[in-house]
Amino acid sequence: MLEKALSNNRRYWSWVAVLVMIIGVGAFFYLRQLQVGLGITGMSRDVSWGFYIAQFTFLVGVAASAVMVVLPYYLHDVKVFGKLTILGELLAIASVTMCLLFVVADLGQPQRMLNMIFHPSPKSILFWDMVVLNGYLVINALLSWAAIRAERRGETPPSWVRPVVYLSILWAVSIHTVTAFIYSGLAARPFWMTAVLAPRFLASAFAAGPALLILICLILRRVSRFDAGDEALSKVSIIVTYAMGINVFFILMELFTVFYSNIPEHMEHFKYLFVGLEGHHRLVPWMWVSVVLAVLALFLLVNPKTRCNHRTLTVACLAVFFSIWIDKGLGMVVAGFVPNPMGEITEYWPTLPEMMISLGIYGIGALIVTVLYRIALSVRGELGA
Amino acid sequence: MSIDRRFFFKLAGLTALAAEVPGAGATPENSGKKGAGEAPKTTRWGIAIDLPLCHEHPDCRVCMEACNKGHNVPSIPDSRHEVKWIWKEKFSHAFPGQTGRYLSSELAEKPVMMLCNHCDAPACVGVCPTQATWKREDGVVMMDWHRCIGCRYCIAACPYGSRSFNWVDPRGYLKEQNADFPTRSTGVVEKCNLCEERLAENKPPLCVETCPYGAIHYGDLSKPDSPLRKLLDERFAIRRKPGLGTEPQVYYLV
Repeated sequence: MLEKALSNNRRYWSWVAVLVMIIGVGAFFYLRQLQVGLGITGMSRDVSWGFYIAQFTFLVGVAASAVMVVLPYYLHDVKVFGKLTILGELLAIASVTMCLLFVVADLGQPQRMLNMIFHPSPKSILFWDMVVLNGYLVINALLSWAAIRAERRGETPPSWVRPVVYLSILWAVSIHTVTAFIYSGLAARPFWMTAVLAPRFLASAFAAGPALLILICLILRRVSRFDAGDEALSKVSIIVTYAMGINVFFILMELFTVFYSNIPEHMEHFKYLFVGLEGHHRLVPWMWVSVVLAVLALFLLVNPKTRCNHRTLTVACLAVFFSIWIDKGLGMVVAGFVPNPMGEITEYWPTLPEMMISLGIYGIGALIVTVLYRIALSVRGELGA
Repeated sequence: MSIDRRFFFKLAGLTALAAEVPGAGATPENSGKKGAGEAPKTTRWGIAIDLPLCHEHPDCRVCMEACNKGHNVPSIPDSRHEVKWIWKEKFSHAFPGQTGRYLSSELAEKPVMMLCNHCDAPACVGVCPTQATWKREDGVVMMDWHRCIGCRYCIAACPYGSRSFNWVDPRGYLKEQNADFPTRSTGVVEKCNLCEERLAENKPPLCVETCPYGAIHYGDLSKPDSPLRKLLDERFAIRRKPGLGTEPQVYYLV
């Protein structure tokens, strides 16, 4: 099966070469980080988690979102999603791998990471996150392997697949819930300590992930013979619409509670994000871009004309993806630390090495997606030119 | 190896206990979460800081310097990478929400000594994914710098800013090295250890011993007649963020 990844195609190999170069640059900066310490990042005593942990959080959502095509197909017999489930599962594999790499990149002593297994600590949410993320990786690897093998042999998938799929549906919800609990259980950080954080994470994940899947399907249409079908894309775009609507609704609920209750400790974080606090406003323009993109996305998605037109749908999906990326992959983690529990403000911005290491990890994810999709599509004979 | 080390720490603590309080042994009742009303049955260390007395000497840095020297705490000029065990913070930052328009603005600016609160229900301990930080029977919240993987979950969980991460190699920022205490490597978290190495030898913590004005007190909170308990009976004291349920055991006499 794996030999399919090695077939001859110039465009494929040049893309792989670009990714390998990006990964190489990331690896170079990671070696620097190992030598110098995490001091080469923009993180500090006050903002002790930054870009890495934010990317981890965002990508857990992308990984979990595979369930949005798997669930309708297996539980509601939505047949048009049949071709998409494998793409969702393979995307989940790449996303979870990136999540794990981002966590490792964030560790001060990565060579000791097995201490999490040698000294299992069930009271720590991070322990449970390790369990669910690795479990999700195994489940999706198993399911996609079974699906590709059955396809190659022209058989129906083995009977154990169905119960494992049901497990994967619950498991997908668990990975993002547990990831939210890392934050929402901390009394020290009022910005995160909200029961709506896990629902918000799930809603934003189920918008950003399927939006990415639509974009991928539209790209595959151009570079391969794979066609998800207009009906499938239309159904996924409706999922994106509802999920994005619910996500924005949750954010508005959060804003009501925080500002109507008028508790300074809770309001200051939101003020820092959207208007700036005591002259510090590094994230303000970003957050407003996120707001504008969210409004634009909802406008294009709610209107059936623009949702069904693939050109405007592409714009809408890009807007959803980047709006949520800014919110989760930049604002959410940093604002929890600004101001700090003493009310002091230290601002954060990722450094060049930090961004290059992150880019390298995204490169690894893109490489995994590229290779796995190539295998899956060539088995189906849908590779194209 | 780590387990042995931890066992050793516990043993050291117990030995100290036995030496000071004949017949008193550690019991499991003295660990884990408990309400504010229950007093522990075995030694429970606590600290009380006399704020008015401390405020009479605003430029004094004796306790900080003694602690930093004794524990090889580096002095890193970049405030983003600082490591702090005991340090000064404005009253308005140490007790946010306790200052106001008509309250003394002079007090808001006064420095308060900050250190690990050695909480009864420490938020940092629960979140640690490797049990590299734990609460001892006598209340000292400990750190194993050899087990810590540097995930910094404990820093996110601590409501007092008492934990520091080694963003850069701290050994390069030590003016002189105390050979009797370990140095730390890059990438691990550290904090005040209540001088557990001195408690084990029946000596007071360095900040308590070196304060030239006797403004920092330590003692056994489990004994109603201990000088520390008497002090807390006689004078009004406050704690940092008492509403979070962490039960901090550093008291500020006002």
